[in-house]
Amino acid sequence: MEKEDNKSSRRNFLKLGALGSVALAGTAVVSTISCDDKEKTGKKVKVLTADGKLIEVDSSHVDHHASNDNFSKEEIRQGVEGKKFIRVIDLAKCANERKCIEGCQKAHNILAPIEYIKVKKMQDSELTSPYWFPTMCYHCDNPPCTKVCPVDATYKRSDGIVAMDYDRCIGCKFCMAACPYSARTFNFGRPEQLKFTEEHKNDTSDPNHCTTPFAQEGTVAKCDFCTDRSSKGLLPACVVECPNGAILHGDELEDVVTNGEDTFRLKKLLQDRGAYREFEELGTKPRVYYLPPVARNFPFEDATEAHNTKE
Amino acid sequence: MSEEKNIPESTKYETFTQEEYMIMKDDLLRPIEKIGKAGKIWIAFLTAVFLAGVVAYYLQESRGKYVTTGLRDYTMWGIYISNFLFLVALSLSSVFMSAILKLTNFEWYRPLSRIADVISLSSITMAGICIMISMGRPDRLHHLFIYGRIQSPIVWDIIVVATYFVTCVLVLFIALIPSLSTCKNHLKNLPKWQLKMYDILSFGWHGTAEQWKILKKTVLILTVLLIPLGIALRTVSAWLFSTTLRPEWDSTNFGAYFVSGSALLTVAVMIIAISSFRKLYHLEKYLTEMHFDKLGQAMVLMGLIYAYFNINEYLVPAYKMSGLHANHLLDLFVGNNAFFYWSVVFFGILVPSVLPMFKKMRKPLPLTIIALAVLIAGWFKFYLIVIPGLSHPLLPIQDVPASWKHYTPSLIEMTIVAATIAGTMLITTLFSRFFPIISVWEVAEGKLEGKEEIINYK
Repeated sequence: MEKEDNKSSRRNFLKLGALGSVALAGTAVVSTISCDDKEKTGKKVKVLTADGKLIEVDSSHVDHHASNDNFSKEEIRQGVEGKKFIRVIDLAKCANERKCIEGCQKAHNILAPIEYIKVKKMQDSELTSPYWFPTMCYHCDNPPCTKVCPVDATYKRSDGIVAMDYDRCIGCKFCMAACPYSARTFNFGRPEQLKFTEEHKNDTSDPNHCTTPFAQEGTVAKCDFCTDRSSKGLLPACVVECPNGAILHGDELEDVVTNGEDTFRLKKLLQDRGAYREFEELGTKPRVYYLPPVARNFPFEDATEAHNTKE
Repeated sequence: MSEEKNIPESTKYETFTQEEYMIMKDDLLRPIEKIGKAGKIWIAFLTAVFLAGVVAYYLQESRGKYVTTGLRDYTMWGIYISNFLFLVALSLSSVFMSAILKLTNFEWYRPLSRIADVISLSSITMAGICIMISMGRPDRLHHLFIYGRIQSPIVWDIIVVATYFVTCVLVLFIALIPSLSTCKNHLKNLPKWQLKMYDILSFGWHGTAEQWKILKKTVLILTVLLIPLGIALRTVSAWLFSTTLRPEWDSTNFGAYFVSGSALLTVAVMIIAISSFRKLYHLEKYLTEMHFDKLGQAMVLMGLIYAYFNINEYLVPAYKMSGLHANHLLDLFVGNNAFFYWSVVFFGILVPSVLPMFKKMRKPLPLTIIALAVLIAGWFKFYLIVIPGLSHPLLPIQDVPASWKHYTPSLIEMTIVAATIAGTMLITTLFSRFFPIISVWEVAEGKLEGKEEIINYK
């Protein structure tokens, strides 16, 4: 029964995302709805209000800022209004198929061996069973990286994303030293990578392509939660690519996460499944939660070969 | 102007007599007038190494760091930062060797203070260059001024390095003014520009009572300033590491640990420096066996203090063997880096804190050999702090190319590091070729005050 509910809300989520409107920014709609000065376009769009009702309003009432690709530098630093991106990873569902990594690399024009997402084999004790553990930038609420950055090139946005300003980064790599999750990578100017980025920077043939810029030579790069896709209501590339639905992405304020197939109430999911965050004791307050690898969908199979060993 | 010329000869060198000065100036100014063949070859060698480093840096920046360096995502700082820490350690020389001794009236410091100041200045200069070399985008250095944030330890470091550099320049230069005047008056067989330089730099120094008073007061103030500044410099460079969440660096002990290590290295570098200058410039009369004796004693003290902080730094977490530290500590104690680690402990801590306890070991030659071992071990100590610290992150390194797992510095990196060390020596050597490396007036002043042991120590 619950599954049904999830299905329907997921459908709405996707439909609204496809409409390309700011369906999820309910508050913005409510505030504009009361003022009638705007000229009506006659075109109706579906929006979701704060209390969860799906309503049709004239498109003139909808503020289109979130779907606008041409953000100013200042707006990019602000983040998407009224959002708090969050992620839940269901370790029971990860089979290390590496599709998230490949999708991410394609979406961001990065080549192996650079990976924004890494899947690690973890075993907490000899007596417990090993499991696959996807790691990425956790977009911490108390990020050690932004504290140490000397030029504010990495910063925390209002929507929870720890972002990079590649035009500002001086390449001191202090953020990399400070990150306990080794989530950051550096563009050392590998010739193949530079060439690849140059060739593919305007490549929009990939439906998951991220228009967020790729790190310039000599600057630090990292997972950005596919900011531009999220702000348009699309799911990040890794979430779309994961064949097992292990990565759930969503909005904390709206209390919802989805893997594109199932949609969950965030709090209920975290509470019911005993979610935890990595290295809670460090006090970084990551925005990525893990669901323990219990009742697994797949038996653990050791990778017979290392995948990412080519220089 | 005419007024200055009328100053009677007797007031010019009020702290020491003309006669005594005449004896010393020959000895101390000789290296400036005559550069031997060996001296020229030495300078040419250092210049060649330094230029090789410039070429290597050009290659590094033009060909991409992935190809030219061994740096990868995990070990992204590498030997540039180890070297930076080492050079910062050396730049503490001035503070420990001259400031503290000066303030506590240890008269034997007098011939050493300028050597210490020069080493400080040259190594802090090269340390600053080291940071820029390790930067990914040196072309954006100005961003530090446009967007700089005081929250970042890097900004603290830049502020303190810059302040320390300026203070070093001032303390060196102001104490140099009477010597410049000496050079101007007594060096003759030199190119015109050099004499002109002495003339300009001596800023109309005539050695009046008033000028001496101002000079001594300024030097004293700067000396007092240098101590906290030097400790801040060292501590902030330790904080670059200990403000991160990495277990290898996450230590409240780090600042003091670095300061104590630097004090030891400072003694070692001073021993090597005075030993070289003594031999090459024939300054045995001024840099006596007493200096080696005293420095040897200082080495034992500093070695023991450093050993104490090492116990705090390694044995205390080793006792607990908490999950986070275990990886790193086991690697150092019994793992891949064990041989390396224990040799550094042996030569860098045990040797300096035990051997110079014996009087025989405090003679120039054995002490210089010990100091050399300490200095080399000191460099590798910083290697062991930075590189294994980076290669044991909290989450395991998996599924990456081999070069990402094990850091091996490339030839280009090693050339650049060698060049910065050569640069330090080059600045020191060149300085000693243009200016008296032993402060004539400070030694003369000491002698006049009845401190005969400076020259006649047996």
